Amino acid sequence: MIHAGAAVAFVALSGAGVALFPRSILVFLVFQSSLVFVYLARIPTWLRLGLLTIALGVMMPAIGTYNGYYLEVATQVGIFVALALGLNIVVGLAGLLDLGYVAFFAVGAYSWAIFGSPHGNVLFGIDVFPLSPWWFYAFLFIGLGVAAVTGVVLGLPVLRLRGDYLAIVTLGFGEVIRVLANNLDKPINVTNGPKGITPIGRPPLPPDVSYAIGFYFLVLLIVLVVILVNRRLEDSHIGRAWEAMREDQLAAQAMGVPLVRAKLLAFACGASFAGVMGVVFASKQIFINPESFTFLESIGVLAMVILGGMGSIPGAIIGATVVTVLNLQVLKGLSLWLNELKNAGVTVLGYNLANLPTQLEPAKYERMIFGIILVLMMIFRPQGIFPARRRQRELGK
Amino acid sequence: MSELFEARGVTKRFGGLTAVQEVTFGVDRGIASIIGPNGAGKTTLFNVFTGLYAPDGGDVLFKGQSVVGRRPDEITALGICRTFQNIRLFANMTAAENVLVGMHARVRLGVRDVLSRNARFRTDEGQLWRRAGELLDRVGLRAKGNEVARNLPYGDQRRLELARALASEPALLLLDEPTAGMTQGEAVTLMALLRRLVADLGVAIILIEHNMRVVMEVSDRVAVLDHGEKIAEGAPRDVQSNPRVVEAYLGRRAAARAGA
Repeated sequence: MIHAGAAVAFVALSGAGVALFPRSILVFLVFQSSLVFVYLARIPTWLRLGLLTIALGVMMPAIGTYNGYYLEVATQVGIFVALALGLNIVVGLAGLLDLGYVAFFAVGAYSWAIFGSPHGNVLFGIDVFPLSPWWFYAFLFIGLGVAAVTGVVLGLPVLRLRGDYLAIVTLGFGEVIRVLANNLDKPINVTNGPKGITPIGRPPLPPDVSYAIGFYFLVLLIVLVVILVNRRLEDSHIGRAWEAMREDQLAAQAMGVPLVRAKLLAFACGASFAGVMGVVFASKQIFINPESFTFLESIGVLAMVILGGMGSIPGAIIGATVVTVLNLQVLKGLSLWLNELKNAGVTVLGYNLANLPTQLEPAKYERMIFGIILVLMMIFRPQGIFPARRRQRELGK
Repeated sequence: MSELFEARGVTKRFGGLTAVQEVTFGVDRGIASIIGPNGAGKTTLFNVFTGLYAPDGGDVLFKGQSVVGRRPDEITALGICRTFQNIRLFANMTAAENVLVGMHARVRLGVRDVLSRNARFRTDEGQLWRRAGELLDRVGLRAKGNEVARNLPYGDQRRLELARALASEPALLLLDEPTAGMTQGEAVTLMALLRRLVADLGVAIILIEHNMRVVMEVSDRVAVLDHGEKIAEGAPRDVQSNPRVVEAYLGRRAAARAGA
């Protein structure tokens, strides 16, 4: 009861707080942590689901009307949650270390970018592009398919490799895709090279709400589907075979798990989530170029999975949220605050902050802070924030 | 000639070392044991039988079909399953999940069933869990079904491996030193269990074992391997008194002394 009351009060108060102080990042962070509290609190499932639905389905869009940037953050978090869940299948469940995951994201993004922008005319020499924005919805599935096929095509030759070797090959593959995107502007202009492709069509959404809110709901819907698919796969013979492979590949094969097929399926599933999100990302950004798909993006998604807890769905979600919020809000917020202090000419211990070199802005040492967080996690909580819990099931008497 | 399983002149070389040399060995029903000193090639033979190694010569027949060149998971699907000398459980999965993985080759569900959670999925998945409970019951581990394999005591882990192998509904079970590390009492209990399995399920068992008392009591037939060659085969009593076997185990001088 105490938990239930606290959960309701926490969500309601922090939500109201955001409405009162729409500029305060701290208050928004409190709102986010109230959701984590709801997840952890000892309350009945219906109340948990109800609170999460209200918070994400009603309060978050409402907050978006006070401060549109928060909605942008929430949408980005959604995209990265789906990516982390996809990589979680490959790395967390099947134990295949994939360092080039962003390549599948790129494949999805470019598949919609080419057809959903006037660039298609350059490529095909006909004048039918951009396709009607309604095609976006078809391309969610086309992007899924193209990325899954790419996953299988990459998987076939490399899945004989194990551990470190697989990591190196996938790393190389990720770079190959990026370099291809960078250079495929001649002889045939497929990707428009480093200049990128723009404007990419945005999906038509119900006109009753603002576009940002509609887009947020679109991403939320996709994320829910991804979570559902993830849970169903995990809790089936397929998920168990993946985990068995991760635990002991040879024993898994001796128990009847066809390794190649199981690995390809893992690769294809992970890749397809990234493909779908690539399509969404391309239409959200309107502009994409190879810079969006660097090795560091792959590492970023991997960091989300590791931070949250390998092989754990809540872990991947919290990991993606923490990393994205850290990036978009905490570090940026610190930078802004430091800047204000600098502009005000505040002195700390006799040192005038106005003399502080711009290289020392917190937003610029984002990678370092990640590194420190990951190192600390590996020392103090190597299993991640929400480690995978074993399913307990009644076996009968 | 054995109907169920037969190895014909199996040879396996590692570089210059011949680990197994033209071993012929068959089993139809009951428990057949393979014994021999360390390094005699017993486990290598198992690895050839289950498809982990390709033999350099000879053939392995299961139900009249050659299994040479097939993948280990295909061989398991055909009906041969094994345990390992050094326990190889899925350490971070529960006991029940370990058994469920053993059923993988028997699952008739596809990705579509899994994603749609249709009636077929629910029935089949329910059945799998029920069977897992029964198998755990058989080895006396039902109460520990939800425990993570890593946390089980050693003897339980050995028995869980046995349940996992049984989950694939094998016609032939290959057990690689199932009593290693057990006390004599535990070993005797396990052997009684194996006898029951043979009687209840009609499964044939090939046993690699070092515990001589256990072997002699439980086996219908015993084959002796030394330096990769089969030096004797027959009823336990006959093998025990075979001078070549005594020599392989004790050395020539000791054997002479024992004979004198």
